[in-house]
Amino acid sequence: MSIVGTRVVRIEDQQLITRGGTYVEDLRVEALTGAVHAMFVRSPIAHARIASVDTSAALEAPGVVAVYTAADVDLAPHKAGPVVEPWLADGVVRYVGEPVALVLTEERYQLADAAELVDIDYDPLEVVASIDSALSDETVLFPEQGTNVLSPHGGEFDDNAFDDCEVVVTRTIVNQRVAPAPLEVRGAACAWGEDGRLTLWLSTQNAQISRSTVAKGLGVDPAEIRVITPDVGGGFGAKIGTDPESVVLGWASKRSGRPIRWVETRSENLVAMTHGRAQQNTVTIGGRRDGTVLAFRLEVVQDGGAYPRATFLATLTELMATGVYHFPKVETSSRAVVTNATPIAAYRGAGRPEATAAIERAMDLFAAEIGLDPAEVRRVNFIRPEEFPYASPTGANYDTGEYAKALDTVLDAAGYADLRAEQARRRESGDPVALGLGISTYVEITGGDAAGESGRLLINPDGSVTAYTGSSPHGQGLDTTLTMLLSDQLGVPMDKITIRHGDTDEVPKAVGTYGSRSLQLGGSALRQAADQVIDQARALAADRLEASPDDIELNAEDGVFQVRGAPASGSVSWAQVAEQAELTADVWFGDGAPTFPFGAHLAVVEVDTLTGKVVLKRIIACDDAGPIVNPLAFQGQRHGGLGQGVAQAMLEIMNYDADGNPTTATLADYSFITAPELPDFELVDSETPTTRNLLGVKGIGEAATIGSTPAVHNAVVDALSHLGVRHLDMPTTPLRVWQALTDARKAN
Amino acid sequence: MKVSIEINGTTVSEEVEDRTLLVHFVREQAGLTATNIGCDTTSCGACTVLLDGESVKSCTVLAAQADGHAVTTLEGLRGEDGDLHPLQRAFREEHGLQCGFCTPGMIMASASLLDHNPKPTRQEVRDGLEGNLCRCTGYHNIVNAVMNASGQEVTR
Amino acid sequence: MIPVEFAYRRVSSVDQALAAVAEHGDDAKLLAGGQSLLPLMKLRFAAPEVVIDIGPLEELRYVRAEGGEIAVGAMTRYHDLHHDPVLAEHAPMLAHVAGSVGDQQVRHRGTIGGSLVHADPAADLPAAILAVDGVLVARGPAGERRIPASEFFQGPFETPLAPDELLTEVRVPVQDGAGWAFEKFTRRAIDWAIVGVVVAGDAVSLINVGGTPLRASATEAALAGGASAAEAAALAAEGTSPADEAHATAEYRQHLARVLTERALVAAGR
Repeated sequence: MSIVGTRVVRIEDQQLITRGGTYVEDLRVEALTGAVHAMFVRSPIAHARIASVDTSAALEAPGVVAVYTAADVDLAPHKAGPVVEPWLADGVVRYVGEPVALVLTEERYQLADAAELVDIDYDPLEVVASIDSALSDETVLFPEQGTNVLSPHGGEFDDNAFDDCEVVVTRTIVNQRVAPAPLEVRGAACAWGEDGRLTLWLSTQNAQISRSTVAKGLGVDPAEIRVITPDVGGGFGAKIGTDPESVVLGWASKRSGRPIRWVETRSENLVAMTHGRAQQNTVTIGGRRDGTVLAFRLEVVQDGGAYPRATFLATLTELMATGVYHFPKVETSSRAVVTNATPIAAYRGAGRPEATAAIERAMDLFAAEIGLDPAEVRRVNFIRPEEFPYASPTGANYDTGEYAKALDTVLDAAGYADLRAEQARRRESGDPVALGLGISTYVEITGGDAAGESGRLLINPDGSVTAYTGSSPHGQGLDTTLTMLLSDQLGVPMDKITIRHGDTDEVPKAVGTYGSRSLQLGGSALRQAADQVIDQARALAADRLEASPDDIELNAEDGVFQVRGAPASGSVSWAQVAEQAELTADVWFGDGAPTFPFGAHLAVVEVDTLTGKVVLKRIIACDDAGPIVNPLAFQGQRHGGLGQGVAQAMLEIMNYDADGNPTTATLADYSFITAPELPDFELVDSETPTTRNLLGVKGIGEAATIGSTPAVHNAVVDALSHLGVRHLDMPTTPLRVWQALTDARKAN
Repeated sequence: MKVSIEINGTTVSEEVEDRTLLVHFVREQAGLTATNIGCDTTSCGACTVLLDGESVKSCTVLAAQADGHAVTTLEGLRGEDGDLHPLQRAFREEHGLQCGFCTPGMIMASASLLDHNPKPTRQEVRDGLEGNLCRCTGYHNIVNAVMNASGQEVTR
Repeated sequence: MIPVEFAYRRVSSVDQALAAVAEHGDDAKLLAGGQSLLPLMKLRFAAPEVVIDIGPLEELRYVRAEGGEIAVGAMTRYHDLHHDPVLAEHAPMLAHVAGSVGDQQVRHRGTIGGSLVHADPAADLPAAILAVDGVLVARGPAGERRIPASEFFQGPFETPLAPDELLTEVRVPVQDGAGWAFEKFTRRAIDWAIVGVVVAGDAVSLINVGGTPLRASATEAALAGGASAAEAAALAAEGTSPADEAHATAEYRQHLARVLTERALVAAGR
């Protein structure tokens, strides 16, 4: 009986539930003995010239070892997109939270006292606090660029594209800026060894990419740096690679001659860790009254923040613009703008939630315009099963999908007809608590970077297995999932398999974890490495059994090599062959291609039309990422994804005032979703495999986030549609709902 | 000042700054690093420990206030026989943790919740854990874990 | 995250506490549960030179029925108020409101005295005490004085307590048989009230529609004049000056005050 597909509790948990994980702040290693503590002094103002920096008082403070500013940091500049992003702000600050100085003290408790004494004079400059303000180019933030608009793409539009449409709807919708806010903030520790190498302990999703970044920043050979990833308390894309602070810390450790420990406060994290989303999308959708969409146009404006570190996000949004639908005519464009706000980078979904939110809102707008049920309109336009593999007009090549089936399964599980009847009953009786139903049908791209992954296997002399993966899990339970797969493939018991990752000395070449790539690519790499090791072992076993290697097979159930069809003629164990010769394989799996998980979500909300309060009563989700290896971990990823997707729809926004000051800069003000706001999740399973990697799986890590945001958003609009509301932007806070209702009443 | 706190049954006595937060005393002076710091506004609950048997956010208690009192952290939850506490067992069984960062505080908050309310409803569990944030799990399996630990049925 | 340095002093009696505040005056802050003071100190919005820990003052932890009044010791924790049998019987509204403050962990530390003295306009207990016309008992070098709730909340975080005074007790009339209700409107369960309403008998008190908790006097007058809950509630926002914030405008808050007042009055049986 194969363990694959069965529910296995996690190996990772034994330590986590008894002693807690070992996150970077928990490290007690010899190399960090005598480490100083570090704190960045950050800009309190969104845009200003730095008139003066006086560190003299800070230098006198108790325990201060050093105070560094841009003038001290003699590293070659690095760029974010086309502009230089300084290591420490140099002459100008561009967002609240930008690092301006670095303070090192002997004791942790001395840091804030010393940092307060760094005296910086700011001369305020005009602030570009919004996308619209950036687009106007009234204040150009980087004069040498000549404009705030960067990376324009697409936009060759046909003025006649919508001519044959009976109905056309257009609207600009906001996909608001949010904070990833993993429970563990950013942290690092570093020490230069006597051998001249830098060891950097980093809370990251990609040790190897981080090493490259730090090496490049410091101007040293990557071989001179070792990055070790301890336990990581959540990343969600915001800990991809590493931020400029890590380079500065490595430099400061060298300059001061001391190892350094750094952990930011949560208030720093909320303004200085990259934010997510922050797009403004104009959708134009047109078609026939029977529900057929004939043309769709998506214009994306990406707020890049102060330093455009990740403008690729908007092109991913364009790539997935048409979602699960086949539209005859599709046009997309994107551009990014710089603003005086925290830089934007990947956050769970990274460009795809925005695409799904746009098309799913557009489908509902279209449905409302023609008076058809939103489920019906979707069915009319789905890509049909026989059309796979499907080449989208935007350049995506979808592998497999069953979109109608996913929608039907969810509507069935939810009792859609009954819910619509309940909604009608409430409307008829004038019930002030409105019921809203929101659908989203989605597809997303995982493993989309097409960069491959590493996998190395070693059979130890005692027959145990050590597997080195380039993937870098931080909560996904990948250690357990990979162990299950290897156990199944090799016939070695799970407790004899160890998974290693995150240390560049052990895994020098890797991409790491993001974009939901780890199981499909990291898993395929280990599958391939295991295949090679099995072949090696078969040759050795053949010798011992005096047979031809072609006649030897691995009996995976018992974990022994035998002559095919003649088990009685002898068995050779892994330990026996491993004693004889080194059994190892080191693989770069580069044969994967992007995969396209898909699904359907139905959200049921109640809206108190007097106060505007929205309550999510139910969410029914189908998320299909191919064959499920560990149902426990798979479900967990969907639950967590749902939580964050719902949070964006209903609650969370990183808000800035007109002066570029963040008004939601502490966890007391930022509406991070809590347990009482969420219902129990109702999941329906579906497994549609792919042929694009050795495991036939797609990535589940981001799918539920992508699917759930528009479902909840659409549900709130649906709840209010009978009162004349056609749209309101996320998050659907009580104030916004109330304002939408008030505006609709006035308009009538 | 000198602060003495009985932590997980052992008295830890150290000279610390008056302003030392209990969470730092636990992590640094007592060397118990399971208890984590996740915020600076008493919002996240990752630092939750038991103080004289009741859940508190140890970032919002001075070590000095706990002087002469008893603190229990995740590390002290196991029975003397070494058996896992029902909550520890249940969190693993129900997949009530992913990255694990919120988990020590979540488990200690749950312990206090069950102490006051041994057979909570699912909604009471959600309400009781409103002060503990989790980014990874979406809370569903955490509720399952607490229900499981309380000896009540869990429908997965 | 780390407060500015201070000297910690611990006292174990009211007299010692009074001596300590007399000695240090403005340089000192009293530390009760710490759930209001410590967050401010950690963000360095407050930086007293001396912190006087009155945690050990067991003599101020009690709930007693005394004649037609209930006397609540200032150091009584929210958690204990929530579960107190005397309150449950004679002032269930107070027990209920105490149980809605913050979260479980905050309620294990925070005290009624701390909440009232902190006087946050968004807090729940001040409005509850105002609704029942409670009396706050303070002790100082000149002896004891009793301050009616209507005079205690003078502005945001502003009370008439002198730096050398200690709030020792809160006295409320027994509420037997009075209809009551509590409506607390938040985005998330854990949030401070965007707007809140406390109904206790004929009194209606509002949370977070001004610099202090406010009695909805126009509503109360209308009720006294025989108006229905709906008619009276329509006047709830009169005299209020709520803050205008990104997540809740002043106009919205006034609207909520009206809606929630009607709901609370109906729930209280009006």
